[in-house]
Formats: sequence, structure tokens, C-alpha cells
Amino acid sequence: MSTTSETSPIPAGAADGSPRGRDGEPNTAEPAARRSGPRRPGGRELLASLPWIGPALLLIFGVVLFPAGVMFFNSTRDISLSGLDQGSVGFDNYVEVFSFPYFWPIFVRTIVWVVAVVGATVLISLGLAQILNKAFPGRRIVRLAVIIPWAASVVMTTLVVYYGLEPYFGIVNTFLVDLGLIDTPEGYGWTRNPDTAFAWSIVVAVFVSLPFTTYTILAGLQTVPGEVLEAAKMDGAGPARTYFGVILPQLRGALSVAVLINIINVFNSLPILKVMTGSIPGYDADTIMTLIFKYIQNQHKVDVASALSVVAFLIVIVIVAIYVRVVKPMKEV
Amino acid sequence: MAVTAPAFEAIAPPASSARRRRYTEDQVPIGKLLLRMLAGLVVLVVFVLPYTIMFFGSVKTKAQIRSVEPTYFPTEWHWENYVNMWSTPETPLVQNLISTIVISVFATLLVLVVAMPAAYYTARFRFPGRMVFLFLVIVTQMLQPAVLTSGLFRQFVALGMIDTWAAMIFINAAFNLSFAVWIMHSFFAGVPKEIDEAAQIDGAGRLRVLFKISLPLVWPGIVTAIVFTFVACWNEFAASLVVLSTAGNQPLSVALTKFVGQYETSWHYVFGVSIVAIIPVVVLFMLIEKRLVGGLTAGSVK
Repeated sequence: MSTTSETSPIPAGAADGSPRGRDGEPNTAEPAARRSGPRRPGGRELLASLPWIGPALLLIFGVVLFPAGVMFFNSTRDISLSGLDQGSVGFDNYVEVFSFPYFWPIFVRTIVWVVAVVGATVLISLGLAQILNKAFPGRRIVRLAVIIPWAASVVMTTLVVYYGLEPYFGIVNTFLVDLGLIDTPEGYGWTRNPDTAFAWSIVVAVFVSLPFTTYTILAGLQTVPGEVLEAAKMDGAGPARTYFGVILPQLRGALSVAVLINIINVFNSLPILKVMTGSIPGYDADTIMTLIFKYIQNQHKVDVASALSVVAFLIVIVIVAIYVRVVKPMKEV
Repeated sequence: MAVTAPAFEAIAPPASSARRRRYTEDQVPIGKLLLRMLAGLVVLVVFVLPYTIMFFGSVKTKAQIRSVEPTYFPTEWHWENYVNMWSTPETPLVQNLISTIVISVFATLLVLVVAMPAAYYTARFRFPGRMVFLFLVIVTQMLQPAVLTSGLFRQFVALGMIDTWAAMIFINAAFNLSFAVWIMHSFFAGVPKEIDEAAQIDGAGRLRVLFKISLPLVWPGIVTAIVFTFVACWNEFAASLVVLSTAGNQPLSVALTKFVGQYETSWHYVFGVSIVAIIPVVVLFMLIEKRLVGGLTAGSVK
């Protein structure tokens, strides 16, 4: 992601618009003086910045980077069930991860999970953003309503859906029976069967991903210049033509960001599947993320869990790298 | 990264509100307007529905909510559920609520104390390692506690901090730090440097400039960062699940999952607690709704 920070206008723009002082005295900084003056050693400036950025550095190193290192290290160790480190085992933990008979089905299911959730989320959000961008009485209330799943705990949102799908007394089953879509309130045991539980998990995941995605697209729509829309209208372009030819290309930046963040979030998502499929025995509704937690919590194999986490970590990086390369979300438009 | 442009514009409130008004200038035929309102109504219903079911369920009795022929609306309103639910045997809900509050409040305070100076300094000054620092912040944003749990678990075991609030306060603070730094950074950068310089020429020290001049101007950004961090900590699940093993230490998000798969789940209590836990954060989020359009992308852009 190094390209990100280099091309990012945030730090660059911020630096250009800020009083920079070589010795931390911004009011003495003049462009000419800065260019011609003798360059002072950077160490002192770094030292001067430490009281300001030091605490953040400590937190990042102590609670993000160090545990990441611990995780990589542990993935090559043999850790007993009680947590004792019993020495190096090379890549045995990785061998255990890949030789687990359910690994490849779980791997494929993880891809399906990410692609289905992100794809459906983006498509529905495009429509939602179109509605919310139009002027109509009550729009503000609708916009506020769309925020709810964003702020509400994903666990709690999933719980209400889980309850609704319960055989016999679940309200969703009753509703489907009343609609005539299913014949019995038993509801096919939606949450008892791995496939249906997984399918419903996708529905919940899409639902809770919609607010962020819709709001990001709404932000993108605000940048479409009114004159361009006027021009398209003058040229006789219909609504469909205007949308696909004029608006959608303008949304490229917003969409790229929304997709990228959704991929990371959905891949790392645990609570939905934990609630919806957690009580189903076996590994027929697991993704890599739920498998990691099964290793830690049910089997107490922190070493194998670490190896799988490293694999998950690398998968995220590969996905993001491919995505950034193909879509170039950071490209200036 | 073209998306950052609207973010910067959204920082200046007059510009963004003027832009939003553009849509109402069009003369819209009444039929079209009704169609839009209908579409809006459908969206409203879909998004409110799960939480309405939750609310209706929370005032039903256990017999009603587990009845084989459930009613959509509660036939009687059992408000006493909101009192009785706290003593349900599945999990110590009062302690779970306290735990959620303590962890979220202290993690948010920690984020604020740590992120604000970093955001201010990186937005205002150039120093060697500035880009490295900002790059580190971006890297942290790519990582989530879920993927690092095994490492976090081992580290806090080694530190003797496993199953403590402190561990979760640090974890929540660390993983929400990057967003807070980014959003505050963009707000600080949006304040014209002349204001700072003028104050400094008048003899104000750097801390004084930060607190007296910059802070009042970037207050909206700070509020956004606070709300976001608080809501994220409030709902955090993955790390709490592994780090906090004692029932009383766990936040509500983890505690409520224990009801699933129980033979006789007290769904009315699950929903009562959920409603109590959801309303404050939804209200907080609605307070920053204006900033969610545009302003947010500044922070979420990697």
C-alpha cells in the first residue's frame, strides 16, 4: 500500500497548506530561507515531534504491530493446550491448516461470502443512493433510518433475524406462511441447516453493509457537477443514458473506496456467522474467520489459529493488492 | 483518491449546505414526487423493520414470543420486561452493560488524547518520518482485531492482562486510532494556516494555538471522531470474545450471543437489552448524519 500514501492528496495537500518550520517554528519558515538554509539534522525535528505522535506510535506498535509479530512467530511454534510454548515446529502448523479436509471448501465459501455480500451491497446501495439523492418530503427521515443498522450492534441485528427464522415461533416464518411462500411455520429449519443459515447470513451481512456503502455513494453523487447533468439533458440523453454515461463514471472514486473497505470488513466479519451458524455442528457453514475462532475457542490450538490467521492476513493483502492494481482506486480522476 | 476532494469541501459547512440545496431548485411534477415518497417509504420500512420486531418482541411475555402462532403486534404491553430482564440467569447483564460503558468510554478518551496531538502535528508540521507515521496509520486501518486475535490473545496472556477491561480498552483504542487520526488530520489541515500564524505572531505558544485557536475550528471533526470511535467500541465483538472470558467482564455484544442455541431462550429479554443498547448509539450517529455525507470519506480513504 505504499503507493497509497505517496499519491494520497491528504498528506501532500495538508503539507502544502501548512506552515512548515524546519526547527518547529512555523512563523519563521520562508520558502527562500528553507531552500537555501543549511539543512539541520533531522533527528532533532523527529525528537520534537515525539511528544505529539509518540503516544500514537506506542499504541500502534504495542497493540497492533507487536501482536501481529507475535502471531507470525506463534504460527511456527508448538503451543500446548494450556498455552505453553514447546518450541519450534517449522511449518507444521501450516501443514495442519492446509491438510484439514474442510479447508478448501471453507476457502471457496469465504470467496463466495465476500463476492456475494460486497456485490449485492454495492448494487443495492447504488439504487438506494439514487433514491436518497432525489428531493422529496421526508427524505431526511429516510436517510436517518438508513443509518440505524450502521450504528446498531451487528450481533443484535443478527439476533433479531435469527429469532425471526426460528422454527414455528419465528416471525419471519409466520410472515412467509401468510404470504403463501412457504406452507409450514417450521420454515425448513433455516438456522439449523448450514446452507440456508449461510444464505441468510449473506442477507444480514448485505443489510448491515448498506448504510456505509450508500452514504459513500451519496458523497460521490454530491460531486457530480450540476452543469454536466444539464449538458446531458440538453443533448437529449434519457435518464438511463445519463446515469450510465455521466453519473456512474463520476462515482468511480467513491465506489472504489466503498468496495475496498467492504471487502476488508466482510472478509473479517465474525459476529453474523457466529450467531447464525455458530450452533450448527461441523464445518459446512464456516469461513476462514469463523474457523480461526473455532481453533482458538473450541480446540484451544492457538498455534494453528495463528497459522490460519497469517494465511487470512496474506489473503487480504493479496485481494487488496490485486484490487488496487486492477481498479486503481487511488488514481486521480 | 478523487473522493477526498468532497471530503475537504464538506469541512467548510456553508459550501456543502449550499450544494445540497441544488436538488430542491428543480421543479418536480407531483406524480414523480409521490413516486419518490413511495420509494422512500419502502426504504424506511425495510430499515426500521428489524428494530421494530425487536421492540415489539421486548414487550411480549415469554409465552407470547415463543408461541407457535406468533402475533405481529404485542397483544399486551409488558413494560416490566425492561426491569426484569436485568436479572435473567443466562448472563449478568448489569455487569455486561457496565463493562460495555467502561470499555467504550475509556477507549474513546484514550483515542482522543492520543489521536488529537498526532493529527494536529502531522497536519501542521513537516518532520522526518512524517510520511512513515501516516503510512503506519494507514496500515493499522487495513488491519482489524479479528485477524490478529490469536496474537492479541497470546500477548495479553503474557502481560497478565488477559480477561481485563484494560486489555480491551487498549485494543479498541489502537484499532480505532487510525480513523480518528485521519478524520482529525483532514479537519486540522482544512484550517487556514494564516489563523495559526497570526496567533503565533501575537505570541501564543504552540499548545495555546492548538487549544484556543485550532480546536474550536475543528470541533465538528473531533465530534465525528468521538462518535465513530465510541460506536465502534460499543459494538466491538471479535476481540472481546477471545480476550474476555469471565461472564461479568464481557460487553453486551458478546454476552447476548449466549442466548442463541439455548433450549428456552428468553428472546423478550434479548430484545429489551438490545433496544436499550442500540438507542443511544443510533442517536449519537444521527447527530453526525450531515457529516456522514462527504466528511467521512476523508477518514475512511486508505
